[in-house]
Amino acid sequence: MLELFERNACELSDMLKNKEISSVELTQSVFSRIKAVDDKVNSYVTLNEEEALKEAQEIDRKRIKGEQLSDIAGIPIGIKDNISTKGLKTTCSSKMLNNYVPPFNATVINKLNDARAVITGKLNMDEFAMGSSTETSYFKPTCNPHALDRIPGGSSGGSAAAVAACEAVVSLGSDTGGSIRQPASYCGVVGLKPTYGAVSRFGLVAFASSLDQIGPIGKCVKDVAMVQSVINGHDKMDATSAYKDYSDLAANLTADVKGLKIGVPKEYFGEGIDNEVKTSVLNAVKELEKQGAVIKDISLPSTDYALSAYYIISSAEASSNLARFDGVRYGYRTENYDSLIDMYEKTRSEGFGDEVKRRIMLGTFVLSSGFYDAYYGKAKLLQKRISEEFNGAFSDIDVIAAPTVPTTAFKIGENINDPLKMYATDICTVTVNIAGLPAISVPCGTDSNKLPIGLQLIGNKFSEQKLLNTAYAYESISDGFIIPKL
Amino acid sequence: MIKGYEVVIGLETHAELNTDSKIYCDCKNQFGLEVNSQVCPICMGMPGALPTLNENVVDYAIKMGHALNCNINRVCKQDRKNYFYPDLPKAYQISQAEVPLCENGYLDVMVDEEERRIGITRIHIEEDAGKLLHSDKFDGCSLVDLNRCGVPLIEIVSEPDMRSSAEAKAYLETLKSILQYLDICDCKMQEGSIRCDVNVSVHKPGEPMGTRSEMKNVNSFSAAVRGIDYEVNRQIEILENGGTIEQETRRWDDVKGVSVSMRSKEDAQDYRYFPEPDLLTIVVDQERVDKLKSEIPELPNAKILRYVKDWKLPQKEATFIAESVELAALFDSCLAKNKYPAKSYSVWILGDLVKYMNETGKKLSDTKINADNLTELVGLIESKTISNAGGKKIFAVILEEDKNVKKLVDDLGLAQVSDTAFLEKIADEVLAANEKSVADFKNGKTNALGFLVGQCMKASKGKANPGMMKEIISKKLDNI
Repeated sequence: MLELFERNACELSDMLKNKEISSVELTQSVFSRIKAVDDKVNSYVTLNEEEALKEAQEIDRKRIKGEQLSDIAGIPIGIKDNISTKGLKTTCSSKMLNNYVPPFNATVINKLNDARAVITGKLNMDEFAMGSSTETSYFKPTCNPHALDRIPGGSSGGSAAAVAACEAVVSLGSDTGGSIRQPASYCGVVGLKPTYGAVSRFGLVAFASSLDQIGPIGKCVKDVAMVQSVINGHDKMDATSAYKDYSDLAANLTADVKGLKIGVPKEYFGEGIDNEVKTSVLNAVKELEKQGAVIKDISLPSTDYALSAYYIISSAEASSNLARFDGVRYGYRTENYDSLIDMYEKTRSEGFGDEVKRRIMLGTFVLSSGFYDAYYGKAKLLQKRISEEFNGAFSDIDVIAAPTVPTTAFKIGENINDPLKMYATDICTVTVNIAGLPAISVPCGTDSNKLPIGLQLIGNKFSEQKLLNTAYAYESISDGFIIPKL
Repeated sequence: MIKGYEVVIGLETHAELNTDSKIYCDCKNQFGLEVNSQVCPICMGMPGALPTLNENVVDYAIKMGHALNCNINRVCKQDRKNYFYPDLPKAYQISQAEVPLCENGYLDVMVDEEERRIGITRIHIEEDAGKLLHSDKFDGCSLVDLNRCGVPLIEIVSEPDMRSSAEAKAYLETLKSILQYLDICDCKMQEGSIRCDVNVSVHKPGEPMGTRSEMKNVNSFSAAVRGIDYEVNRQIEILENGGTIEQETRRWDDVKGVSVSMRSKEDAQDYRYFPEPDLLTIVVDQERVDKLKSEIPELPNAKILRYVKDWKLPQKEATFIAESVELAALFDSCLAKNKYPAKSYSVWILGDLVKYMNETGKKLSDTKINADNLTELVGLIESKTISNAGGKKIFAVILEEDKNVKKLVDDLGLAQVSDTAFLEKIADEVLAANEKSVADFKNGKTNALGFLVGQCMKASKGKANPGMMKEIISKKLDNI
């Protein structure tokens, strides 16, 4: 018999609806789990226990009264700590925002509140979402629940680890270059990076505005579909939010892939991709073929340049987005200074970690007069080229299959002093952000160390349903999420 | 030309647009409210807050673009201008760099009865910053008021086409009146709703353009004139002493009447402009551009030309009326009645009306003067029913009270008397009582006539028809 905290959101949703369990019981179960394992996993930065229980009681009252509640009402959800929560600290895992309490909610939080999801707390991440291992967090590194001496991935490492460790039933992460999919892959859970514009960014503390996208992480595809259906939709507060009608992704989920054309791009299986990863991903593709999908070899030749373009564009935007952390109005301010400039310099030197400073400097450089055209200008051209290549591919196929990450989770500390090696872990994921596409990572087995491997499925813009259906079809014939022993 | 040098002036003018709300959020766009009361997470640059464009700002800027004969770039971006300052909460200003909303226009202005064409390089939209507050009371700190953050601005950049401070002043005044006609800016200089940066250089005729200096903190048109004159003299003096002009940014101190160096070219900031990723490309369809054009009223520079050409007004008077939206509206509705000469209206408008408005600080709309009562008044004078002096008495009443003009003639007893017998009787009495003046007149002192007529008017309590009175007196004097 599974503990409540071990169950999927879709099962719990039915149990709550059928009044087999109460929201309070479920919430208490999750918090007991957090208390039992979080000192090992370190997923959470801030807990919201009191408010969560209050909300759970309120939901139970409503359910008893017979009020109509959403599918995720009463489901405990953890939130990445770069998504603004009114009255609840939002630190971006940075010293800079250590004591920052937002005066407003992100749009996704308002949507979750309206749907009566229960927010468990704020989850650890790489500082300002810059990193691939959650080691750049100012507070602490998060550990991979499948192997505590390994990283959970990043930047949404806390979001993926919390779900894998059953410290939250589902969670929200954000994905700028792979920050949802990569940790989902490392932690053996499902993570969806939605189409750019599908989910409002209002209230998401920006890293790279043109690439950032909030998305769900869950133990199964249906859980992810349920949360995505709640958080997506046009928002007038976000100019880049798309006008689209979204159907209920979870209700429309089907495991049928007959005739679905899946492209396998050779550039995603080349040098640097671990053999065990390659084999697992290709096996997963074969399984889908057995279900009736049509497999095609394709080529996306500009993939090799994507990482450079990504680091130029994202750092450029970050250098401007993070300029507001100047010690004037909120967040950290240095204690001793003798002038305005001195205050700025000391505040920012002391308040930001090394990785953040590295990217601010890189971004400042590529936007500088005399260098703009050679770096930022060229990267934007590459972005166009990469998008065009995807467009070309999607004229012929439905879904692209690739590894999410070249390897499985590495050891804590292994790459932290080698930024280039760290950046290279994003090689399979950044193209999706550059082209504004949706992609999902689903577990597709483990390597010889029993570390999870992820299958990445990439779709055309606003093809979330198709992606989820494909992932669902694969999930139904695979092991799916494996509960780690903690 | 000053001291053998040609002066070259270009202006960058910032005008705050009077939209109801700010450019990127729903906060009220209003001056003078309590410090930090008109702010929200968006204009305060809180983490995660995002801008969304107020489309009215685009409309207002396009109208200005039409008024200044610009091309409208129907597709353009917004860009981030990055710099640190405590009044700029995001540490970048959203502006337009490469492609402005409007460009390549011109403005014709009248300077010394001559028309001058000033090129307009561009007009772009951007957001205003907050304001730092300094005081001894703040215990060594400066405080910041963010109410102005996100107030919409247009920046109007001229070509370096002006050759004197007088031209610059005429350009600025014409810009101001156009902004008022379009009703897109409050144009309150004291509230900083129009501000300008002045670029000045000098060179000898036939030689290449000189190095320019940019002068900031010019907060009024008269300060612009003083600043330009100061800067021109400063540069000429340096050149005459064998020096060279440095490209630099200077700050105008209007109290001391000097400009001081802020930063040299080497210290120029690199603003690292790049396209604002939080906002979409601005796309305006042709229909909207055309509709905005159709909404533009006749502009003051066109009015001046019409008043001078069609209504024979002197340029100075035409300009004075045309540059005021409300005076021109009154004048135009009077002219539309097509009853009396333009001059018979303009004397009242430029005389008693403007005097009253200046003295009381009232606007035309605060008075009771309108085209109907003014035309009635002018009609009574033209028909000699009342004298000019009587007209002034009536005008003083109808400035403040909504009274019937004809009834006032009776109430105030102002109807002129043209009855010859009555007038002759007065003339006889006055001549008898002023023998000395009569003698003076006879001795060639012709101005005694005026005195005698004046005495007659007085005796008639202002009711005598002054023209007839004069005629009668003259005739009687001739016969003495």
